Amino acid sequence: MTTTTSPTAPVGSPGGAPQPPRSARRRWPEGRATRAFRWLATGAGALILVVLAAVALFLIVRAWPALTADGATLGEDISWFPDDSSLLRFVGPLVFGTLLAAVLALLIATPISIGIALFISHYAPRRLANGLGYVIDLLAAIPSVVYGLWGAIWLAPRLSPVWQWLSETLGFIPLFAGPAADPPRVILTVGVVLAAMILPIITAVCREVFLQAPRLHEEAALALGATRWEMIRMAVLPFGRSGIVSAAMLGLGRALGETMAVLMILSPGALYSFNLLQAGQHQTIAANIALQFPEADPTGVSVLIATGLALFVITLAVNMAARAIVARRKEFSGAN
Amino acid sequence: MAKRIDVKDLNIYYGDFLAVAEVGMAVEPRSVTAFIGPSGCGKSTFLRTLNRMHEVIPGARVEGTVAMDGVDLYGDGVDPVAVRRNVGMVFQRPNPFPTMSIAENVLAGVRLNNRKISKGDANDLVESALQGANLWKEVKDRLARPGSSLSGGQQQRLCIARAIAVKPQVLLMDEPCSALDPISTLAIEDLIAELKNDYTIVIVTHNMQQAARVSDRTAFFNIAGTGMPGRLIEVGPTGTMFSAPTQRATEDYISGRFG
Repeated sequence: MTTTTSPTAPVGSPGGAPQPPRSARRRWPEGRATRAFRWLATGAGALILVVLAAVALFLIVRAWPALTADGATLGEDISWFPDDSSLLRFVGPLVFGTLLAAVLALLIATPISIGIALFISHYAPRRLANGLGYVIDLLAAIPSVVYGLWGAIWLAPRLSPVWQWLSETLGFIPLFAGPAADPPRVILTVGVVLAAMILPIITAVCREVFLQAPRLHEEAALALGATRWEMIRMAVLPFGRSGIVSAAMLGLGRALGETMAVLMILSPGALYSFNLLQAGQHQTIAANIALQFPEADPTGVSVLIATGLALFVITLAVNMAARAIVARRKEFSGAN
Repeated sequence: MAKRIDVKDLNIYYGDFLAVAEVGMAVEPRSVTAFIGPSGCGKSTFLRTLNRMHEVIPGARVEGTVAMDGVDLYGDGVDPVAVRRNVGMVFQRPNPFPTMSIAENVLAGVRLNNRKISKGDANDLVESALQGANLWKEVKDRLARPGSSLSGGQQQRLCIARAIAVKPQVLLMDEPCSALDPISTLAIEDLIAELKNDYTIVIVTHNMQQAARVSDRTAFFNIAGTGMPGRLIEVGPTGTMFSAPTQRATEDYISGRFG
């Protein structure tokens, strides 16, 4: 939009009344500050796209040598790259491990987060709710390396007996097949720690969404004789559906990319395995990059960046899927 | 289905502030009782105490009794949820659940009672409730569309259908037409005239002509000044209230001298 055309449609002008551009410009001149601000805002918006494109470009360019090399060469060149393999077969288990850890974290964290958010927004007395809100925001600010330390040193030994018990009583389910590793440097422990990490962000977003639930609809439910829980089910949760999905996706994004906590807890492996309680089965992309990067030669770096590209694509896909879910029932969202 | 309501010595507080003082009146079954009065006189607040919806507002409480066919709504062990299942309410702004279809909206209250109803019964109920609300003809071909796809007047009638689907004893209406155009208002007023054959109806309105048109009895509320409690000034048959009120304030208000 140029400066000469924009003033022809001033806010609040009677629609459709054609005006000569000159008089319109005189009536609503665009000041220097307005113009500067508009460019600033536009520039900030464009910057996001530029950064995204730059990241994608960097990943593709730097991963190109690995993408085009054949598996045998990679196996010869890189000490930690398996022989008789290919890039795809190398990345596959990493993608699997990354998704598994993130999904576990999400499965644990989302219900708890929704519960906490509902408690804060609809059950707790106001003063307690405010205090809890601050605590949740504070949790979100703890660096991930601290969560990693906490998970590896404090939480893992305490989870060990729980995992033992799980494998003994529910071992017939393949997920919990024993023997449970001790110390529990396993994917389920990672899932629990990641859940603790993404809990605050999911809770914070859900709380905001639930607080936005229209009073009108809450009262409609109550006037029909709904209990508080029924009111939440009728008026709050359906209204917050898309918000909950967004919150979960934010959490998923953080879980997918989490490096330190995984690196410090997980005993790595490269299998497509659903044994959540056994060590040496899984590895995630981010943790693998952090682990191998310091000693990687240029080809190795290229392979690692290729795995990073895979992570980038996964994250994009996850976000698009989330958007699709939210959009599917748009008519019923209450936005119209 | 219709029940009478007897209100005695009712004081309504917001925290320490006395909002409405010393209301005593009777609401006759199968009739329309209108509450009129200037803004802020407490008529909506009082209406909400008839199904304990005021309790949604933090700090709101009442003293006194509201008896429905002799049973005090504020007695020990009376569950506000149970009260609201018997006393339906329609709000100022139409508020169908946006995430539900038209049919689901009608059934929302029924499903709450945990009654497992068969699909056939549900369909019958949707039809009868929508017919009861004079909406069936307009929406019968699009029952699966969202409730928010309707016009404002249709949405309000959908809310009435939702309220009567649970077969309440009493139907409270808090300025049900104030957000609607004249045609939709007329449709709602016609509906009220039909509904009073089955229900006890209490309606708050700012529109005195509306009170005169739809109600059998009229109650006039007034407030002496800001910070003072609202009071019930006078209640009586609508014809008498509009032709020969006993109180000076009522006459001033209905003749348009203030308010």
